[in-house]
Amino acid sequence: MTLRILAAVMAASVALPLASARATDLEVTHWWTSGGEAAAVAELAKAFDATGNKWIDGAIAGSGGTARPIMVSRITGGDPMGATQFNHGRQAEELVQAGLMRDLSDVAEKEKWKDIIRPASLLDSCTIDGKIYCAPVNIHSWQWLWLSADAFKKAGVGMPKNWNEFVAAAPALEKAGIVPLALGGQAWQSAGLFDVLLISLGGKDLYEKVYAQKDADAISGPEMAAVFKAADDARRMSKGTNVQDWNQATNMVITGKAGGQVMGDWAQGEFALAGKKAGTDYACLPGLGVNEYITTGGDAFYFPLLKDEAKSKAQAALASTLLNPATQVAFNLKKGSLPVRGDVDLAAANDCMKKGLDILAKGNVLKSTDELMSADIQKQKEDLFAEFFSSSMSAADAQKRFAKIIASAD
Amino acid sequence: MTGQTIARRPNQLFRNLNAKIASIPMILTAVVIFLGGTLWTVVYSFTNSKLLPRLSFVGFDQYERLWAATRWTVSITNLAIYGVLTLIFSLVIGFVLAALMDQKIRFENTFRTIFLYPFALSFIVTGLVWQWVLNPEFGIQSVVRSLGWTSFTFDPLYNADIVIYGILIAGLWQGTGLVMCLMLAGLRGIDGEIWKAARVDGIPTWKTYLFIVIPMMRAVFVTTLVIIASGIVRVYDLVVAQTSGGPGIASEVPAKYVYDYMFQAQNLGQGFAASTMMLVTVAIIIVPWAYLEFGGKKRG
Repeated sequence: MTLRILAAVMAASVALPLASARATDLEVTHWWTSGGEAAAVAELAKAFDATGNKWIDGAIAGSGGTARPIMVSRITGGDPMGATQFNHGRQAEELVQAGLMRDLSDVAEKEKWKDIIRPASLLDSCTIDGKIYCAPVNIHSWQWLWLSADAFKKAGVGMPKNWNEFVAAAPALEKAGIVPLALGGQAWQSAGLFDVLLISLGGKDLYEKVYAQKDADAISGPEMAAVFKAADDARRMSKGTNVQDWNQATNMVITGKAGGQVMGDWAQGEFALAGKKAGTDYACLPGLGVNEYITTGGDAFYFPLLKDEAKSKAQAALASTLLNPATQVAFNLKKGSLPVRGDVDLAAANDCMKKGLDILAKGNVLKSTDELMSADIQKQKEDLFAEFFSSSMSAADAQKRFAKIIASAD
Repeated sequence: MTGQTIARRPNQLFRNLNAKIASIPMILTAVVIFLGGTLWTVVYSFTNSKLLPRLSFVGFDQYERLWAATRWTVSITNLAIYGVLTLIFSLVIGFVLAALMDQKIRFENTFRTIFLYPFALSFIVTGLVWQWVLNPEFGIQSVVRSLGWTSFTFDPLYNADIVIYGILIAGLWQGTGLVMCLMLAGLRGIDGEIWKAARVDGIPTWKTYLFIVIPMMRAVFVTTLVIIASGIVRVYDLVVAQTSGGPGIASEVPAKYVYDYMFQAQNLGQGFAASTMMLVTVAIIIVPWAYLEFGGKKRG
């Protein structure tokens, strides 16, 4: 038995270099390392390997905040990978302007990306000076409230239908020893939660006034004050979470230790991995059940400019593989995100994904904060909300400081 | 006489020629990389460089923004608390441990190994270990609660007011062993005759340590001080592993601010301004001290 395994391993180690000698190796870096994410990325690798090339996985553990500096310094330092994940938006803007990234316009034209990618704003974020520099792979929206059926049963209250009912149910949950709202300690989660409150409670117009037009009156206005008030509620409800990573917080919802979590639809991958069923074991409320709008940020692959001819060809092959209908379905089902093309069949999608697809079809989409603001402003915002959610800073003070940060945006 | 002075000139330049040639690479490294890199950083801290460095000067804008940022003031305060307490506690604990070891005890080697062992671990491992030890769900708090004190609360890493002390505990645990070893080496360097003389004069042991031995160990103390101080200024990985700056921004440190703004916020100018401020802080402490230490000797 062991001998046979040994023989197989040896055969594999001999076969591997042979296979890769014919195919072109392409190193792809990304930060998809949680259980559900890893399963999804394996689908991409499988599809790319089927084209005769070889996917060399360069997963970087930690969140995007850890991985992006490594990716950027590899590209600027002259050691570019074959392809790399970024969130589409302004994260790679300067790299493109410095001429370090590959223009994908030829692939995009051949495959008619303009016609198939939906919503069109996704491709717009990839376009700089009329040229396309990235291949979007999925749509991730932040605006979801995940609720644990077990937790509410234990507390003896009905499942809330929207944010206000959830806030009202919080004391009952607390009495049952359940943390009402799970919120991981990392800064981006606090900032993300606030943005969700802004869109869902403040509505589309307020969101656009604040982040797109950066309207000073709206930012200091009473509508915004109400959003900060809601953030104050969320802060009270999240006391006692005591975990760092988002998937640990999601796990609290899965195991019924927490009532709910505001997190993007990537959380769904974790529910699926734990064998939970949407609608019975957990519920999802897009737009917190108030304003059903979603932002269409997400992940995209960027391709550094390479000198190697064979590798450039492999990059083009990868770009077209990523947008292939079959790949889109396989990848997004595992990832819990929505496909970037409207013409694929997602019959296998679960309840929550169907809700997301509906909203997408209705066109209730907004640009994500990644697309509207630079990394610098985002980071300052993260610092502010990290402080807000862990201290007793008053909502009014937070609003003042928030206004100052947005006013300095470029 | 005159012949001698003429001959001496080439002598000065070419004396120990081999040694001078051998040290050229290190001198170049020091000048180009350390000094050059420092100057480059300072110059670019006056620009509005974002992801890539570019020379468009904005005066003191980056510094104004830096000192207006709450996160920076929190970082500086944390570093001051951590620095002062680390300095005091690691010197005191290190010296006391060394003095205890110096009493010709049994199993000295075993104890020395035990105390020095944490130093063999990286800050990342130290940070993770103490993150678990201090975690209320399965660390000290849960152990004490399981013994019966159900209202016992000890969660420094989740309390913004005391989180820096949680980091301090881990830092001391890791670094004190080394201080102890340095001190022990210093104590062993003290001539046994001095101890005998002190005993003959009837001076109590603690007084001998305080007023005779410690002043004689000046060199060891200076070395230790430099090692501890450089460790304090660059404290980064310990915080990242233990709390990643949290809860909120309560345990942020300057080195982390520099890294986060240079790479995560893609704002090199801001990161450079912060690192220049760190350099200035160190210079403010080091320069007067170096002046007293080395400048004084020349006069004396």
